[in-house]
Amino acid sequence: MATSSPQRPAGQSAPTMDPPLGPIQRPTLGESLRRNGVSRRGFLKFCAATASMMALPPSMAPAIAAALETARRPSVIWLSFQECTGCTESLTRSFSPTVENLILDTISLDYHHTLQAAAGDAAEHAREEAMRANAGAYLVVVDGSLPGPKANPGHSTIAGISNYDMLMETVADAAAVIAVGSCAAFGGLPKADPNPSGAVAVQDLVKDKPVINVSGCPPLPMVITGVLAQYLTFGKLPELDEYNRPRAFFGQSIHDRCYRRPFYDKGLFAETFDDEGAKKGWCLYRLGCKGPMTYNACATMKWNGGSSWPVESGAPCLGCSEPDFWDAGGFYDALSVPPGNSGEMLLTAGAAGVAVGAGVGLLARSKAKSAEKQHQTVTAEQLEQKL
Amino acid sequence: MTAMDFLMLTKGPLFQAALAVFALGMLVRLVEIFVLGRAHNYAAPRGSAVLGGLRTTYKRFEPDPGTFKAAPFDVVVGMIWHIGFIVALLLFIPHVELIKSTFGIAWPALPNPVVDAVTAITLLGLLAALVHRLAHPVKRFLSTPEDYLIWGVTFLVMLTGWLAYHRIINPYPLALGIHILAAEIFLVVLPFTKLTHIFTAFVARYYNGAIFGRKGVQS
Repeated sequence: MATSSPQRPAGQSAPTMDPPLGPIQRPTLGESLRRNGVSRRGFLKFCAATASMMALPPSMAPAIAAALETARRPSVIWLSFQECTGCTESLTRSFSPTVENLILDTISLDYHHTLQAAAGDAAEHAREEAMRANAGAYLVVVDGSLPGPKANPGHSTIAGISNYDMLMETVADAAAVIAVGSCAAFGGLPKADPNPSGAVAVQDLVKDKPVINVSGCPPLPMVITGVLAQYLTFGKLPELDEYNRPRAFFGQSIHDRCYRRPFYDKGLFAETFDDEGAKKGWCLYRLGCKGPMTYNACATMKWNGGSSWPVESGAPCLGCSEPDFWDAGGFYDALSVPPGNSGEMLLTAGAAGVAVGAGVGLLARSKAKSAEKQHQTVTAEQLEQKL
Repeated sequence: MTAMDFLMLTKGPLFQAALAVFALGMLVRLVEIFVLGRAHNYAAPRGSAVLGGLRTTYKRFEPDPGTFKAAPFDVVVGMIWHIGFIVALLLFIPHVELIKSTFGIAWPALPNPVVDAVTAITLLGLLAALVHRLAHPVKRFLSTPEDYLIWGVTFLVMLTGWLAYHRIINPYPLALGIHILAAEIFLVVLPFTKLTHIFTAFVARYYNGAIFGRKGVQS
């Protein structure tokens, strides 16, 4: 398997199954798109959307189009470690066929467990071949966390190779690494307390290559393709935030772009999932919405071809694009509610306080009583004698 | 440490620790006061100590005309920011959710913009109080470092909350974490400073009222 995705619409010719012979021999993206039946209009719409996503002026759209037209298809090696395939599902089933999907078809996806036809030795051979042919130029996409160097490598292996060894070997000659999904970016579910497999994120291990985190559980497909488009357009990686996420997509919080925000500002909240407030579409803060602390593009880009997103369907944001969101308190507890049992702590400390207070008080009382007992009277004459 | 780590630290272990120090410290002080009790009064009572105590506990909320005439600024500004502080603390929706999760009790809250306005007024009131304290020669002479400390922790908790609500500090987990940390500092400082008046003021009022009530004197 070289480039195919199962989502290609019937009747369209498959892109040439060119062997990974280095970037020069590959067709340009523009050629591939035309071969896949993408109209000029559809392509320009995608470029305009990408420009706006990357917070560029609309005048940049033609520049993006021109750059993408002539861009050579980069080789992509996709490594799946401790993951649930949700990220791949998100990407391939986004809304078929979209330009985003075809953009992905036109990268040379040289290795991807779920999507490739090859198996066993042949599959691993494809990876090694792609690495050799495109050394220094290929992109590595990782989904899933992996057992760290100190953990038992047996928790996750592929073809008898530990995830750690495969990542380090594959990344050695890569141009950049894109960690797709919250597991690859931050450790995600496998790393959740108590982290039985000793899972770590890609950025914990890869220090000498640029790592771009595209977090989310799963991430928005447009964000994955947007990062690829930006790389193809500008030949460099996008501006990143403090978590190494592309600022263009993760620069604003869900809360700031939420269409239910006016209800928060007015103080109108749903208090249960079926009360009047919920039916009227009021703010979901009290039902546990983590929108205020979550940075992602769901509120603007939405899911399933722009049809809806969790908050629009009445579910509070879980904060899935933030690190350690699994351990950040109950999904249905308000953001201000601390994890752990505060009530119990308060009772224990309170009981200790009562005991100590009573002890201190009784001690003071007995001191006062004994002082009273030892009280000696003195007459004025005795005092005068002393002076 | 990322902003998220900071938020989880302040929401998790630091909050538990601050809560423990607060509950332990405050109960030690209160229980000690109660266990010490009052000296026995052998005189025949002329009125009800309990009624007098309760009456004074309430009556002290009303500004005394003499004090108002002597220091109108202190009475008005003091009252404004004390009420503002209590409103922001107890009637803001996220705080009600926090109290519900900790104590299991809840009550209706105010709309966010109302709490926002009250907080802004409270912040201005606190600033005015500080300026007055520094400008007034007698007040400045009487002020101890502790007075400035408790002004600081009170102002900080209000200011950080207001900044977090308006999302002026970014990213938000950092803003929220700073506010929670400020609240934790307030809780830890509370039992060991004049801030204990939040609870002991009522004990003092009751004892005062009870003494006078027993004597049949109005207070």
